[in-house]
Amino acid sequence: MGRENGKAKAEQVIDENLKRVYRDMIDDDVPDRFMELLSQLKEQDDSTQGDDNSGEAK
Amino acid sequence: MSDAADKASNKGAGKKKFSDPRDEFVQHLPALRAFALSLTRNGALADDMVQDTLVKAWTKIHTFEPGTNMRAWLFTILRNTYYSNRRRAGREVADVDGIMTDSLSEKPAHDGRLQLADFRQAFEQLNVEQREALMLVGAQGFSYEEAAATCGVAVGTIKSRVNRARSRLIELMRLEENEALELTDSATMAVVASRKSGGAL
Repeated sequence: MGRENGKAKAEQVIDENLKRVYRDMIDDDVPDRFMELLSQLKEQDDSTQGDDNSGEAK
Repeated sequence: MSDAADKASNKGAGKKKFSDPRDEFVQHLPALRAFALSLTRNGALADDMVQDTLVKAWTKIHTFEPGTNMRAWLFTILRNTYYSNRRRAGREVADVDGIMTDSLSEKPAHDGRLQLADFRQAFEQLNVEQREALMLVGAQGFSYEEAAATCGVAVGTIKSRVNRARSRLIELMRLEENEALELTDSATMAVVASRKSGGAL
């Protein structure tokens, strides 16, 4: 018991809350705009890459 | 149209078909949004930041070292975006839309929920360095070293930010004065929550 113990417990409560808040955030559906953005970026790349030998990425 | 055919023929020509690391971005979207939200505390701003981050990350993919922590890399870009926007604005963007505390109004005042709402409110009052440190270490499970690298500060700095953030939250939630002894069971959580609800703020 005592202050140290109380503090440790309190920190545990904090961490549990933090994880719950985080889980709530993570569970939120990702808006379509992000998937759209990613496929746009991909398309852009594909069309500028054309004959695909400039970028010599291994 | 013919792109797919090109790709296929390249592959056929002995070019190793390497997977584009950018295909993994999508897996990190929820975490990116959560991190952005914990920095900005504003949903619209957070999503705009995530959008900027994706574009930057897309074009700077050559700076990503394969095999290293992609989430940390993305977070670094995101927080750079945040801090440079903030510098431009000359202040910490104070436009908190309370999206993190939304559940306060819509969810029934169930014990655990009540405390959670208190927690969100307290979390939003931390300064941004504390919020990000806590988010990385406490929520994301980053090691102190990873968090330090992501934020570009010393490991000791991250440790002390996390500690200070925790202490501040304990203070804000008045956990200590309730002696916080049997706080782990939800019955006690409810007591704390109801005692606290008349409090400051």
